[in-house]
Amino acid sequence: MGSLFRSEEMTLCQLFLQSEAAYACVSELGELGLVQFRDLNPDVNAFQRKFVNEVRRCDEMERKLRYLEKEIKKDGIPMLDTGESPEAPQPREMIDLEATFEKLENELREVNQNAEALKRNFLELTELKHILRKTQVFFDESVPTIYKSTSHSSKYRRYLQMADNQNEDEQAQLLGEEGVRASQPGQNLKLGFVAGVILREKLPAFERMLWRACRGNVFLRQAMIESPLEDPTNGDQVYKSVFIIFFQGDQLKSRVKKICEGFRATLYPCPEAPADRREMAMGVMTRIEDLNTVLGQTQDHRHRVLVAAAKNLKNWFVKVRKIKAIYHTLNLFNLDVTQKCLIAECWVPLLDIETIQLALRRGTERSGSSVPPILNRMQTFENPPTYNRTNKFTKAFQALIDAYGVANYREMNPAPYTIITFPFLFAIMFGDLGHGAIMALFGLWMIRKEKGLAAQKTDNEIWNIFFGGRYIIFLMGVFSMYTGMIYNDIFSKSLNIFGSHWHLSYNKSTVMDNKELQLNPGTSDYEGTPYPFGMDPIWQIAGANKIIFHNAYKMKISIIFGVIHMTFGVIMSWHNHTYFRNRLSLVYEFIPQLLFLLLLFSYMVLLMFIKWNRYAATNPMPYSESCAPSILITFIDMVLFNKPKDPPEGCKVYMFSGQGFFQSLFVLLAICCIPVMLLGKPIKIMQARKLANEEVQPITGATSDAEVGGVSNGSASHGGGGDQHDEEEISEIFIHQGIHTIEYVLGSVSHTASYLRLWALSLAHAQLADVLWTMVLSTGLKQEGWLGGIMLTIVFAFWAILTIGILVLMEGLSAFLHTLRLHWVEFQSKFYMGQGYAFQPFAFDAIIENGSASSGEAD
Amino acid sequence: MGAAFFPIFFFTALWGGVGIGLPIMTPKGPHQNLIRCILMLTAACCWLFWLCCYMAQMNPLIGPRLKRDAIQMIAKSWDNPLKDG
Repeated sequence: MGSLFRSEEMTLCQLFLQSEAAYACVSELGELGLVQFRDLNPDVNAFQRKFVNEVRRCDEMERKLRYLEKEIKKDGIPMLDTGESPEAPQPREMIDLEATFEKLENELREVNQNAEALKRNFLELTELKHILRKTQVFFDESVPTIYKSTSHSSKYRRYLQMADNQNEDEQAQLLGEEGVRASQPGQNLKLGFVAGVILREKLPAFERMLWRACRGNVFLRQAMIESPLEDPTNGDQVYKSVFIIFFQGDQLKSRVKKICEGFRATLYPCPEAPADRREMAMGVMTRIEDLNTVLGQTQDHRHRVLVAAAKNLKNWFVKVRKIKAIYHTLNLFNLDVTQKCLIAECWVPLLDIETIQLALRRGTERSGSSVPPILNRMQTFENPPTYNRTNKFTKAFQALIDAYGVANYREMNPAPYTIITFPFLFAIMFGDLGHGAIMALFGLWMIRKEKGLAAQKTDNEIWNIFFGGRYIIFLMGVFSMYTGMIYNDIFSKSLNIFGSHWHLSYNKSTVMDNKELQLNPGTSDYEGTPYPFGMDPIWQIAGANKIIFHNAYKMKISIIFGVIHMTFGVIMSWHNHTYFRNRLSLVYEFIPQLLFLLLLFSYMVLLMFIKWNRYAATNPMPYSESCAPSILITFIDMVLFNKPKDPPEGCKVYMFSGQGFFQSLFVLLAICCIPVMLLGKPIKIMQARKLANEEVQPITGATSDAEVGGVSNGSASHGGGGDQHDEEEISEIFIHQGIHTIEYVLGSVSHTASYLRLWALSLAHAQLADVLWTMVLSTGLKQEGWLGGIMLTIVFAFWAILTIGILVLMEGLSAFLHTLRLHWVEFQSKFYMGQGYAFQPFAFDAIIENGSASSGEAD
Repeated sequence: MGAAFFPIFFFTALWGGVGIGLPIMTPKGPHQNLIRCILMLTAACCWLFWLCCYMAQMNPLIGPRLKRDAIQMIAKSWDNPLKDG
């Protein structure tokens, strides 16, 4: 009970809550997080529910809090996060909270408004300051001539000269010619100017526009403001330029002003006389200083307000979200006719009813209500939700299973077996002591630092995945170390702990004369007993035929483990059938399935063990090494009823006497299983229905259906109304069973082959590690002297990066995915339906964790 | 029959201990069955894996094919001197 093997027993309960006590009770249940409420008014739209006003108020509060949070983040003030979760406040406290937030928001908005106005003012003044300073330069350059000259025209000419002298641009020259023509003697023109500030990037366009619109009759000078200015509306730093435009006549003036407006240039009054300008500059400076003090004070005030708010912000968020969640839940309830109490329906784990009742009592006491809430168990034909109680260790494994599909209610849960089989199958592919150790240490580090790492929540998705799977990673690493020891592989090298059981018996001259020599297992080269633990280290050195030997070994273990894994899956289906009292499936599905698997594939596994045991190089002829038959060929011949090829001279075709007979028998039996799987169940259902119809003819149809449903259970449980409907159902059952059978029969062949990926990936991993050693690290090891030391350091770094990056990370990922597939497809297809729906209790923890999700739901 | 008694006995006893002995000793509690299941599966997997490796080498059909320098290295470092002549 209460374990991971099957999901929790659930029951539907009806809950009667006093209106006054409802809030407190739901709050207690939310803290508990063991109850899933059902929506009792699904037809009522979200705006017509009872507590919609409260939810809306909470939304408003949340908005204000978000505004505060944004402002706090803008100022970079650290927010105090104690991680504790305050209880949901009483409904009457909501008003206080609202008032607090209202006040804070208003204050902040006011401060911000003031600050913005001040900043705008400040910006204007600064711009004016710059204008005065820059235009001073323009005027200074030409002052001596301008102010000596008497007429405007000559003043204008001076300007032209000034421009000409500087040879600033052609534009000025063009303007010059025209200007000269325009200022013919007799025409006394007034030369005016405007000064302003414009964004630097707009300046070229502005200049061009001016030139075109005024036909070159204006003269523009500009200077950059070096320091960036702050834009008061959004706080950006912008670069601007000062410009001054000289022109003649009012018409041009209005045109220039319009263009300035169009380009959003700000114009400032600039006195013509230098004394006025100086005076104005002085005034501006003092005003800027004053403004600075005021601005500083405003900022200080804002900062104080925000710091005070930052202390409580997280706390407030939790409170508001809790209130909102409670009202949201209350909206799911039904109002009783008398309006005195609320009726709720909820799914509850059977084991926790006591705890829930306690929580309800606490809630009642807290609210001061005298009438206790009533929790009634209800009968229902609905499918209850699937609830697997997990802890931090089992959670990740359960998540792997749930990613495929949530188990049906009370179905066998593969997760507890996955805890070991998953890392183990992974390790068969990833077997390397060194790589496994790296992985295990990484997992161990995450487990040891669990609390600290969990506290610093990050949005880094990759890290979160690794951290969530820390126990899987650790176990995968540990099992990889074990399989690595069995493969005797550590960074593609072997350990010789027990001393190799192969020995050399060569003469020196023999060794010198031959490039390669093969040890003979039939002689004293081989001790007669194998290396006690794992692969003999000699195979790692046997460059020429290491892969041949390893392949034969690894292919066999892949199939052995695969067949056992699948058989295990089929046996799990037995647990399901017996639990759901599904006798039909037990007899007509489970037994033939198991027989099929055992007779064909387990027999093949048996042959492997026989071959390992029987054939040896030291044995006389029929069982010597040259006579050892290929198991794959034997198996193919067996299934296809082929006549085996004649064996070599002195050998036998079969491994044991009577093998031919047994093989034929097994295949025939296995073939017989197929029609049983295909037709057994549907025919039985059909017969049962017929029988029921005949027997119960006089009585009403409804009972007959119920009986049929009772007999057939499982797939045919929803028995329909009339005969016609039954007929359809039957044909559907036949089709369904047909698909199921074909899937199983073909599947067991393809799935067995699919387990060969264990061999393929393990081979690839070992080879990659080997390549990395010979191509990278050994080049560093071959150097001598101090240069070799430096070389080795560099090469080692390179090798280490490649080892971690490719062999541990990428190979690990690929092996992980293959293992996942082996579990989802090859293992779970044998028994797992995965068509349930998950239990989603009303829990504050979850709601606060993804606060945005719940708010989205409410909208 | 190329099996040696001691290794087989030792590793079978070791994994037998893990797969049978430890589950008997697991303390009572809500996770007792889960821990038992984990231990038994671990023992079964690890024992079978070791056994397969052992049996695959018990009666080798081929011998390792060694290169000359590998042979010389084995002779030197695995205390397996080559005969003179």
